[in-house]
Amino acid sequence: MRLPGFLLRPWRIIATPARTLSLGFLTLGGFAAGVFFWGGFNTALEATNREAFCISCHEMNDNVYQELKQTIHFTNRSGVRATCPDCHVPHAWTDKIARKMQASKEVWGHLFGTIDTPDKFAAMRRELAEHEWARLKANNSLECRNCHSAESMDITRQGARAADIHQRFLFTGERTCIDCHKGIAHRLPDMQGVPPGWTVSEQK
Amino acid sequence: MNARILAVLAALPVLLPAVLPAQSPGQGASVQTPFRPPVGFEQEPVPPPIPADVTDDRRVARNYPEQPPVIPHNIRDYQLTLNNNQCLTCHSRQYTAGSQAPMISITHYVDRDGQTLGGVTPRRYFCLQCHVPQTVAQPPIRNDFRDVDSLISRPSDGGDRR
Repeated sequence: MRLPGFLLRPWRIIATPARTLSLGFLTLGGFAAGVFFWGGFNTALEATNREAFCISCHEMNDNVYQELKQTIHFTNRSGVRATCPDCHVPHAWTDKIARKMQASKEVWGHLFGTIDTPDKFAAMRRELAEHEWARLKANNSLECRNCHSAESMDITRQGARAADIHQRFLFTGERTCIDCHKGIAHRLPDMQGVPPGWTVSEQK
Repeated sequence: MNARILAVLAALPVLLPAVLPAQSPGQGASVQTPFRPPVGFEQEPVPPPIPADVTDDRRVARNYPEQPPVIPHNIRDYQLTLNNNQCLTCHSRQYTAGSQAPMISITHYVDRDGQTLGGVTPRRYFCLQCHVPQTVAQPPIRNDFRDVDSLISRPSDGGDRR
């Protein structure tokens, strides 16, 4: 197969060995350019990982962010706050890139106004919530466990009910956080047919 | 002449507040109400601290049989909306085995026509209309309610009601 004419010239330039540039320049220059571009890429990536970026779309700002502001993950007695990416973006790099690629669909949704009115958002809420439940179920509530770990959980400081449920379901690994703690940062969708996490299995 | 009237008018806003309290001596500006300490309208009282919730998971005896039982646990951020009833995820019939919570009474399944339904009836859906959590706040007014047992077990006065 022959390349078309307009591609031939650029390809020749790239394919021809350097004649005037030294090997040291190319190596070190490539290294420096790598640091520069990689740093730039990661900086841009991290810029999309801030709450301010998330709520720069009105879909996020007017719906889910207003709900988050009323919950304990936004204000609490110790003053620690979980922002959007803390729960919705994995912290490990590979998982983060995978999630960011998935999230490119949200750009599509924004451009074409998939949920640009409260009614549209309410209609899609169950589907969107199920995506997040499935994701957290699949990774064993990884984003919850970035802050909350079963090892550092002092159940003597919990209510009797919470301590009992955590011992029966969490410590045995039988269930994961999201099974019971749905809707902790947002309003829930219509929960018809969603069994609570502590449903005993023979009843399912 | 005009200048004198103007001067009096200009002084009115300054003089009036000084004259007014003098007209009702001894009364002061405080509001007398049993629900708040006597406070002048110009004073800014410090509100009492918000009392802590009672979350000890101990059932509280009802003062009379028809009393809706009070909630002995924390319900912060429990969603009770058109979409979801967080209370029923423990207290409805089918989930009590897993949660070991008391089941809502059968009256909650009876609609207003006396029909017993399979699930909670819409008129009973909003639990917090009747069932409320408690705090450790001390009531400002003493309550001398006595339940029926203490009434019927008190010593008889022999019919003498004078």
